[in-house]
Order: sequence, then structure tokens, then C-alpha cells
Amino acid sequence: MIHFDQVHKRYPNGREALAGVSFRIEAGELAFLTGHSGAGKSSILKLIALIERPTRGQVFINNQNTSAVKPRGIPQFRRSLGVVFQDHKLLYDRPVADNVALPLIVAGVARREIEKRMRAALDQVGLLGKERSRPLELSTGEQQRVGIARAIVGKPMLLIADEPTGNLDPDLALEIMRLFKRFNDVGVTVLIATHDLHVIDRFVARRIVLEGGRVIAEEAPVEEAPVEAATRSSGAARPAQL
Amino acid sequence: MGSLGRIVQHPIATGMTVAVIAVALALPLFLNVLLQNTRAATAGWNQAFELSVYLAKKASSERAESLATQLRSRPDVAQVRVISADQALAEFRSSSGFGKALDALEANPLPQTLIVTPTVAASTPEGTQALKARIAALADVDTVELDTEWVQRLNALLDLVRRVVWLTGGLLGLSVVLVVGNTIRLDILNRRAEIEVMKLVGATDTFARRPFLYSGVWYGLGGGLGAILVVAVAIGVLAKPIEHLTALYGGQFQLRGLRFGTAALILVGSVALGWLGSWIAATRHIRDVEPT
Repeated sequence: MIHFDQVHKRYPNGREALAGVSFRIEAGELAFLTGHSGAGKSSILKLIALIERPTRGQVFINNQNTSAVKPRGIPQFRRSLGVVFQDHKLLYDRPVADNVALPLIVAGVARREIEKRMRAALDQVGLLGKERSRPLELSTGEQQRVGIARAIVGKPMLLIADEPTGNLDPDLALEIMRLFKRFNDVGVTVLIATHDLHVIDRFVARRIVLEGGRVIAEEAPVEEAPVEAATRSSGAARPAQL
Repeated sequence: MGSLGRIVQHPIATGMTVAVIAVALALPLFLNVLLQNTRAATAGWNQAFELSVYLAKKASSERAESLATQLRSRPDVAQVRVISADQALAEFRSSSGFGKALDALEANPLPQTLIVTPTVAASTPEGTQALKARIAALADVDTVELDTEWVQRLNALLDLVRRVVWLTGGLLGLSVVLVVGNTIRLDILNRRAEIEVMKLVGATDTFARRPFLYSGVWYGLGGGLGAILVVAVAIGVLAKPIEHLTALYGGQFQLRGLRFGTAALILVGSVALGWLGSWIAATRHIRDVEPT
């Protein structure tokens, strides 16, 4: 699903964010990108979302070489991804419903279909009933869940998140991570950049560790991740109960 | 939220933009109304072309009559009036107050005169000029005077004024495009974060541009309505004094207001200018907004 091949990224200010990064993430996988801030996590996500382009090397998403995507093709490309941001990037002057529906509106989906899918997405993050609320009336955790609903409303095959738990206390962070895990359980490939090691210790997932713009370790899933393995086997924990 | 809702949320900024557009459009529109009125007022004068044909001193009154008959048969002549030298002298005597002085003259110094009125079809500046040339070429004709050369000068002047109105209109129309463009540019800067988010979830530039084009159309419509209002008020204020003034000169003149067609044209034009200004600004500046 994601394949980085000897990717370098140097920003116009001369900073070299990535220095020959290679890794693969298979379809249906859940993986964490970890490392200190400045290690290159955000750069990797920006390259996936075509916010930035590699200076050297190639990035393949769903077997498509992203260097072949022309500027005109970027909107269409982004519609196939779900992206979650640390600062949510919501439209604060619009109600929750509009925020969640935005990817469908810009893609020109029929109005009735939008309404249905917007509610389904809100239901999946446990915010059904908050359609008319303004983002600022919600807690930070709820705002992040609005961001997640927006990311998944277009039914993407790939979901990427940049420090989605960065501003949350540990309990809320765990809730958000469980939410990502649930999407992964239904087949969505999920890549999460985070330095929140306490939280991800509880998930069975591969970790790609970055330092100074290089991959310094790839840690295979730890099979006995006690807490979350239990949650998983118990089946569908509804988000409202999280 | 629609673009209309958004622009009325900032009533002062929106009001300023609309007012600038209204003033810019009102000026050429008002000049145009004045020009139309001047044309209407002077339209009748074009019909008043008359040629005064002065015959040579030696020509008799019989010769005058025969020339008149000859001219009446021309297709471009509507009417010929003969003023004999005696009639002319009598008229001059009574109207000038030089009666005594005229008595001192041995002979009548005035020539036989024909007053030639061209047909309506021939009453163009070119037609009367041609007629004048033909009459001047006839035997026994001394001079032909076109009394209305000043009408031609007036027409030339009105033509010049009309061009000035168009030029002013063009320049002020350009300023409307610039004003709307600048407003939209600021609007885009203010909503940069929102545009970035839209692009992040897959909006095309065309999609992100659309609400700004609507805003431009609203600005144009508002400005056009404002301009019409300004001109209507100006006409209302001026109508009475103008009537009074013309009445003092013994004339009768009613200031004509904006015609419906002109008003509709101004609205269409102002909407088009608003759209153009926003299109230029939005196309350019939305392309530059990229998520980081």
C-alpha cells in the first residue's frame, strides 16, 4: 500500500528532513511511525498526502508512483486518502456536519448520499447527535474524533494520522488509538505518526523508528500486547462506550 | 453558508466595496444620462436646416421666381420661399429701427433671397452640404449660407463628449475590476486556512474558487444597484432646477431619467465586472494557497 524507496527530502531552507528512507507497509496493516520531533515523521506523511514532493527517491501509494501524479491530479489523489492532523484542521465557523461532509462535498457526491454517509461516519466515532454543534463547543478529544470522521467519510483504503493524540491526556489518547485500530480491523491500512510510546505499547503493530531522517529500526509486532488484544477479541466495543 | 451570507457578515467591509463600485459606475452612468438628454433636446434642431440663397444684385424678381420653381422640382428640396428685395427691405425697415437711414439710400441694397428647406431625408449635414454646393453653382446665385453650421459644431462636440463618457466608463469599469479583485484577494488571505483544509480533503482549485466568484457577482450586483440609486437621486435633485431654468429661457424641457434598458445594461455590466475581478483574483491566489 505504501512503499518508500530511498526517499530524500530537503526543504528550501536547506534542512534535510529525510535522508534515504525506505520502507513498505502492506495493505490492511496498522503501523506506527515513531521518533523524536524533527526525526522526519511529518515529512513522510506530507509526502504521502502529496503536500510535499521528494527531492530524490520514489514514493508508491497503492502501487502508483506519486511522482506521476500531476498537480491537476492531486485533488483526485487526496480523495483516496484519509488524513488526520494533530491540530484537527477543522472549519470552526461550520457545524460538525459540514466538517465531516466536506470531502464528499468537494468530490461532488449527491446531497442525500452525503447526509447518509456523514451520519454513518459520525456514528463510527461516537458523535452521532452532534451534527449541529460547532467544533469549539466540543472537547479536544471530540474535535479530534470529528477530524477522524472526516478522514474516513470517503471510505479511504489508507488512513494516515500525524500525532493524533498529541494534545490529549492518556485516557483520551488511548480512546483515539482504539478508534484507529477499529478501522484497521475492517481492512483500512493505517499509518500513525506518534511519539506517544506509552499508548502504542498497548497495540499489536509494527513500528518504524526514525532518527535524523533515517529509519533506524523496524520493530515487528509484539504478539502479547495484553490490554488491547483482550479488547480486540471481545469484539465490537462501541465507540460510545470507549 | 452561502457567499451572500458570508459577505453580509462583514457589513462595513462589504459596504465600502459596494460603495466604491457604485460611485465608480455612477459617474459614467450620470454623464450618459446628461448626454442622452442633450441629444434629445437638440434632436429637433437637426431638422431646422435652412439654406439662405442670396442672388446676385442684377437678378430680377422674375429670375428669383424661376429659380424657386427650378429648386422646388429637386427631390431633396421640401420647400422654397421667395423673399423679394422689396419685402426684405420692408421687413428690415420695420424690425431694425433704421427706417430713416434706409430712406436716404437711392436703391434697395438688398438682394432677392430664397429660403430653401431640404426634405427631412436630405437634412443630414452631408445632404445639406451637397445641396448648398449645387445651389451655389447655379447662375445668378451669389452666396448660399447654411445658418446652422453651429449645429454641426454642437454635434461634433456631443460626439466628443460621448467618447469621453465611453473612455471614462472604460477606465472606471477597469477600476471596478481592480476593486473587486483586491477585495477578493484579501478575502482569500483571510480564509487561507479554510482553503488549505478544503484542498487537503481533495478540493480542486475550481471548487475552492466558486464561492469567491459568487461573492464577486454579489459585489457587482450591489454596486450596480447602488449606481442606479445614486443616478436616480441625482436626476431627482436636478429635474426641478433644470425645468425652472429652461422655463426662464422660455423653453420647455423635461429631464429624462434612466431608461429601463440602460439600467438593466448597467446591472449586467456591473455583475460581469464583479465576476471578472473575482475570477482574476481567485484564479491567481487560490492556486498559491497550498497546504503545508
